[in-house]
Amino acid sequence: MSSARSAVASDGWAPSARQLEREQVARRLRIRRRWIASAVTVLVLAGLVAGVVSSPGWDRVREYFFSWPDARDSFAAIAEGFWINLRIFLVAEPAVLIVGTLVAITRVTVSPWLAPLRLLAVVYTDLLRGVPTLLVVALCGIGIPALNLVGVTTSLFWLTTFALVLCYGAYVAEVIRAGILAIHPTQRASAEALALTRTQTMRHVVLPQAVRRVVPPLMNDLVSLQKDTALISAVGVFEALRAAQDYQGYHFNGTSILIAAGFFLVVAVPLTRLTDWLMLRSIRREQGR
Amino acid sequence: MTTPLIEVEGLRKSYGDRVVLRDLSLSVQRHDVVCLIGSSGSGKSTLLRCLDLLEPIDDGVIRLEGKEISDPLIDPREVRRRVGMVFQAYNLFPHLTVLDNCTLAQVKVHGVGRDEARDRAVDLLGRFGLADKAGARPDALSGGQQQRVALVRALCTSPEVLLLDEITAALDPELVGEVLEIVRAEARAGMTMVLATHEMDFAREVATRVCFLDAGGILEQGTPEELFGAPREERTRRFLARVLR
Repeated sequence: MSSARSAVASDGWAPSARQLEREQVARRLRIRRRWIASAVTVLVLAGLVAGVVSSPGWDRVREYFFSWPDARDSFAAIAEGFWINLRIFLVAEPAVLIVGTLVAITRVTVSPWLAPLRLLAVVYTDLLRGVPTLLVVALCGIGIPALNLVGVTTSLFWLTTFALVLCYGAYVAEVIRAGILAIHPTQRASAEALALTRTQTMRHVVLPQAVRRVVPPLMNDLVSLQKDTALISAVGVFEALRAAQDYQGYHFNGTSILIAAGFFLVVAVPLTRLTDWLMLRSIRREQGR
Repeated sequence: MTTPLIEVEGLRKSYGDRVVLRDLSLSVQRHDVVCLIGSSGSGKSTLLRCLDLLEPIDDGVIRLEGKEISDPLIDPREVRRRVGMVFQAYNLFPHLTVLDNCTLAQVKVHGVGRDEARDRAVDLLGRFGLADKAGARPDALSGGQQQRVALVRALCTSPEVLLLDEITAALDPELVGEVLEIVRAEARAGMTMVLATHEMDFAREVATRVCFLDAGGILEQGTPEELFGAPREERTRRFLARVLR
């Protein structure tokens, strides 16, 4: 950084003494800010840790939740269970985005021919957002196989995935609709002025801008979906949480629960960081910085 | 010679590898009306944005009443409290009424009472023919009306200097007049202004000094008579020949 700045620019400009002095002040301010940030962070974290560790029940908590042998022994079963969570998530996530986008677009259409679809979309979002996800999982996982329908799968994996997609599709639809409504009408007008059809306007002009704006709340729902894959344990699927609880029940030790939590975090945190970074980068590009 | 209200020395500003302003110097006295002219991309807008500390600069010094404001230890808000700025694209707040657009900074930044702020806004809106628009939302107004509101919003806090960034460039010709009328009135009232403009006739009329920007610097400056009547530089002549016709 500093070596690049001291070089003479192609047009013969070299920073003046005042500018160098100013940069030094700015650098000092930056270093001071970093120091304050680090000190405050360390202090707060140390305080929290000290508070927990010095609490009267800490020894029992440590034994129950931070036992190394239990962590080691429960790891394999939980990892195996988490593979199911991960697969459900990987199937459900794109499905949720597709369902959510289609429902959102349906709700903002204006064609009279699509009136019944619009009504269906409204009923769908209202109903599925209003019902606890756990109930939908139970209804799909137990109710659908009980109907004995010909040609419908009885695989709990697919049935519970279907339930999660139904629920989260409704949430995501509303998030995306909010993004669509936030796009200024002049954008739509200028796209239509280029003689683009309504569909083309939505696909190439409105939707790309809308989605970018709602990335943070969208991530809320996707991370939440990832966590809620644990709900499928309610119909007896042996996923990570169920495996952890199983171990806890047999060995009277809760370390397995923390291990399961760790698995969920290992997926969720990098995913959120990555999307955050992608979004900020695309905004910077758009604004030409 | 008194201390200039705004003084720029050796200003340099680049975006990445593109140098927009290089070694630019400018001095603005109180009650000056300085018009910046020059082709698109000559750095007029960038200069105004630098003056309002909206862009970090790469070198040089900017002073407001003798005090360096390009110092990293300066709180930019202290500067902006004293400076008004109007943008080409109006930049009104669409979720607020015209009146609320005009009272926001008065109340929140300058600590003016709500009633007093409203009275001042209503008075200024009335003076510029916008009395009946106080309750409207910006998007419901014409471009000319929106830009007049933006001017009123900037004037409401009684700035010591107004920076106007091609405020009529997005308006059609019949609306330009109503906006410039306000600028003309303020110029007559002694408001200090620095304005980037493409309206050469207007510049000739209100400017105390016209600066021709070219290749990131002020190539030539003088009174409107000097600059429009007898430009010294070949490039100034070429530019004027193109825009005056």
